[in-house]
Amino acid sequence: MSAATAPAARRVTGSRGGPGVGTVYRWELRKLRAQKRTYLGLGAAAAVPLIFITALLTGSGGPDDVPFGRYVRETGLAIPLVGLLFSSVWLFPLITSLVAGDIVSSEDNHGTLKTILTRSTERWQIFAGKLLAALSYAFVALAVFVLVGLGVGGLIWGFDPLTTLSGTQVSAGRGSVLIGAATLAYFLPMVGIAGIAILLSTVTRNSAAAIVGTLIASFVMQLLGVINALEWLRPYLLSMQFDAWQGLLREPADWAPIVRAAWVSALYAVPAIGWAFVSFVRRDVAGG
Amino acid sequence: MQARGLVKRYGRITAVDHVDLTVSRGDVYGYLGPNGAGKTTSLRMLLGLIGPDGGSAQLFGRDPLVEGVRALDGVAGFVEAPRFYPYLSGRRNLELVAALDGDGAAGRIDAALDTVDLADRARDKVGGYSHGMRQRLGIAGALLRDPRLLLLDEPATGLDPAGMRDMRRLVHRLAAQGMTVLLSSHLMAEVEELCNRVAIVSDGRVRYEGSLHELLETTAGRYELRTTDDARASEIAGGLAGLSAVAPAPTGSGIAFSAAEQVVPVLSLALAEAGIGISALVPRTATLEELFFRMTEGGEARPAEIAAPDETAAADAGDTSTSPAEHAQVRT
Repeated sequence: MSAATAPAARRVTGSRGGPGVGTVYRWELRKLRAQKRTYLGLGAAAAVPLIFITALLTGSGGPDDVPFGRYVRETGLAIPLVGLLFSSVWLFPLITSLVAGDIVSSEDNHGTLKTILTRSTERWQIFAGKLLAALSYAFVALAVFVLVGLGVGGLIWGFDPLTTLSGTQVSAGRGSVLIGAATLAYFLPMVGIAGIAILLSTVTRNSAAAIVGTLIASFVMQLLGVINALEWLRPYLLSMQFDAWQGLLREPADWAPIVRAAWVSALYAVPAIGWAFVSFVRRDVAGG
Repeated sequence: MQARGLVKRYGRITAVDHVDLTVSRGDVYGYLGPNGAGKTTSLRMLLGLIGPDGGSAQLFGRDPLVEGVRALDGVAGFVEAPRFYPYLSGRRNLELVAALDGDGAAGRIDAALDTVDLADRARDKVGGYSHGMRQRLGIAGALLRDPRLLLLDEPATGLDPAGMRDMRRLVHRLAAQGMTVLLSSHLMAEVEELCNRVAIVSDGRVRYEGSLHELLETTAGRYELRTTDDARASEIAGGLAGLSAVAPAPTGSGIAFSAAEQVVPVLSLALAEAGIGISALVPRTATLEELFFRMTEGGEARPAEIAAPDETAAADAGDTSTSPAEHAQVRT
């Protein structure tokens, strides 16, 4: 039972260049490519900006009361930014948890944990590969959303200079760089959401529970954010970090919300992923 | 492969209660027990899927609890039905597990598919596979690891008769190639045909572990006799030295007794002298199935009954270099 009973010499004979996290990661991506839910999330990420654009083309009004809302018909660069504002409530928590909330529990559903855990790959490597795959998926969906909005919006309203939140104008080139940076900042709270989803996926062993649970957690945070009496809580809510990217679209850039988004997201992601990791590595695989 | 004192509890239920198993190189080892006896739980512990509450297991000298998946070097198999990703093809599933194996496993995919006769369906999604095809794919998956020890959990369960026959042939062929096989089963015919050693468990405990041949021998020396006058025959049999446990036969007619083979002719002559005709004198060797039921349903007392004639029978046979007590340990 104890490590002391296993002679050290024996361990050396077992060392070889075996499969690692990279192998697991590549295969997790291949598994995602073979599943319908993957395309459901990516499809939604592409469809939502198109629906938004269609609404702008068919109506005359606009989202005037939100940042960049007044410029949606002036430059395509404003389209993905307005889209990001609206998508933090449901769309990205949903897309993120669609895969992150399923990536461990789908193995439970298919009974395949025993299949992959009796090969030559350690449990921690399996978990790390799955985590990376879930995060990659969330990021790809976000990138699709931004690129579709930017591309189609630009084709319709032109790649014209963007008016920043400070009232200054930046060129389309610099604006695109800022949009890229904003996308990265937007991804920070998505990592937090993904962490919660993976934790629920690992602990509940049930994809539906994990996905719905993550959405509820996200929704509760949104609600807490609008209660005035709980104003002190607001800076620590994951949902509030979805607005941090706006700091980048000021001149000069305001990095404080970005820094806060980074550590607040880590505050959610690290314990959740840590808990999920320990649970996954130590659990008894009795089903399947 | 050795397991010593494996214990697993789920709440108040002890699923596996101090199980000792020893599988030596080249064995085809039958692991028998009714459903819920703890067979699968034991196998899961051997594969490192669940951690025991007590005891330890060693595979080729390595403990999966201490060394993780490295203890599974040279070991492959599955517990319960093998499971794969239904949305991937059979070949793709094998490619996936081969990637997780590393060490040249991917190069064995074609050979493994041929061995289990799935090469022509390998491109179809596993979701459309029959139960038998999945079982075979499970074995193919195990073969990718080029195992020296193969753990199979009821591989023939749910197969049609032809599927069962093919599965038996496959296991037979693998064993003939020198692979050590631990086969959990509740198909007695399968075990009698394939295995040289068995462990019988019920309620989480090992009731018997040892050679299958010796287990079957334990019931040798039991005979049933029908005569023209059973009452007198019973008296004569009771008076002969070397005959014991004379009783009415369990079948209802005639008598049953225990004796060494060389004593039986003495009885028949004695009966002839007394003018009693023998209509039937039949050795009653129990089948594995009968022994299995006695051990798994008979509770605590029965195994001792079986153990008792064991010593007499084997000692009389005088053909074993080691004492049967060493081989055939009956635990109560």
